[in-house]
Amino acid sequence: MTLRTRRFVFLVMAPILGAVLLWAFAGLPRFGHYRGPYGDILNAVSVPERHVTDVVTAVNFDYRGFDTLGEEFIFFAAVIGVVLILREQSDERLGHIEDFASGRAVPPTSDAVRVLGLGLVPLTVLFGIDVVVHGQLTPGGGFQGGVVLATAVLLIYLAGEYDDLHGLYQEATLERAEAFGAAAYVALGLLGLGLDGAFMKNVLPLGHTGSVWSAGAIPLINIAVAVEIGAGLVMLLTNFLHQTIVVRPDGRRSPLERVLRQGRPT
Amino acid sequence: MNALQGIVLLLVAGAGTCVVVARDPLRQAILASFFGIVLAVLFFTLQAPDVALSEIVVGAVALPLMILLTLAKVRGGEK
Repeated sequence: MTLRTRRFVFLVMAPILGAVLLWAFAGLPRFGHYRGPYGDILNAVSVPERHVTDVVTAVNFDYRGFDTLGEEFIFFAAVIGVVLILREQSDERLGHIEDFASGRAVPPTSDAVRVLGLGLVPLTVLFGIDVVVHGQLTPGGGFQGGVVLATAVLLIYLAGEYDDLHGLYQEATLERAEAFGAAAYVALGLLGLGLDGAFMKNVLPLGHTGSVWSAGAIPLINIAVAVEIGAGLVMLLTNFLHQTIVVRPDGRRSPLERVLRQGRPT
Repeated sequence: MNALQGIVLLLVAGAGTCVVVARDPLRQAILASFFGIVLAVLFFTLQAPDVALSEIVVGAVALPLMILLTLAKVRGGEK
């Protein structure tokens, strides 16, 4: 399609699209006016039925816990995909570990960054655990807390060297943790199936509303999710870091790279 | 809609436009990070703190970091 035709198509279609959008927006409920019944029902029943004070968590890990299980495995599959794609190729070699930037020298990490970064690590870990275990009480939960926990590992890289990360854990441990977290979620779902005939049914004792061990299986699911998301995100980030910092092409271009580089402006 | 929500909504629109208008991928990554922070503030002002927490870490840290690392990898190979 030539530029002229493209412009013509755009000029014809843009007003039509705009008009349809305006028409659709005009039919929306007014800002802040909620019409559907489900939110109101959930707000009313989540405390008496499930002893959960954060309704979002009650929806994610109980009423619609099955959907969240699906999302868990989307993340699981994404991490496996990244690990698979970023594996070392036969025509790559491992260089010595160095940060590099084209056209300038990389300054060493300053003491201020080191101190601040390392000082933030324990606070970040504590905050992450706090967000995870209070998922059923306050905003947050396994996903948010797991991501916060993963950023603690990132802080160690920022405050130190890439090599420091290898002293912390082994890749196999992370992989097992990710798999364990995903499996634990399914196991807790099966518990409901075994004990009360419905997958994801919250069969554990509900406890006292407002305490950390309340809401039955929800805190356990949150912990499982935090382990899976935390380990998965660390795997994701370290795989990217490994590619950037350690893996070097050995000069021979792979057939795919040759194809990709053809036709790009230089 | 209160004034704060209106202001943050405009900020989100502005930051989003900046991400699209910037043509250098490096600038885009940094701007996307800023966009993530503003979006998190918007979620917070709209009383969705659960989503805001996720957005801060994913939108402002994890995603821009992955873009930056990918850029470093791609550009490092061109040296």
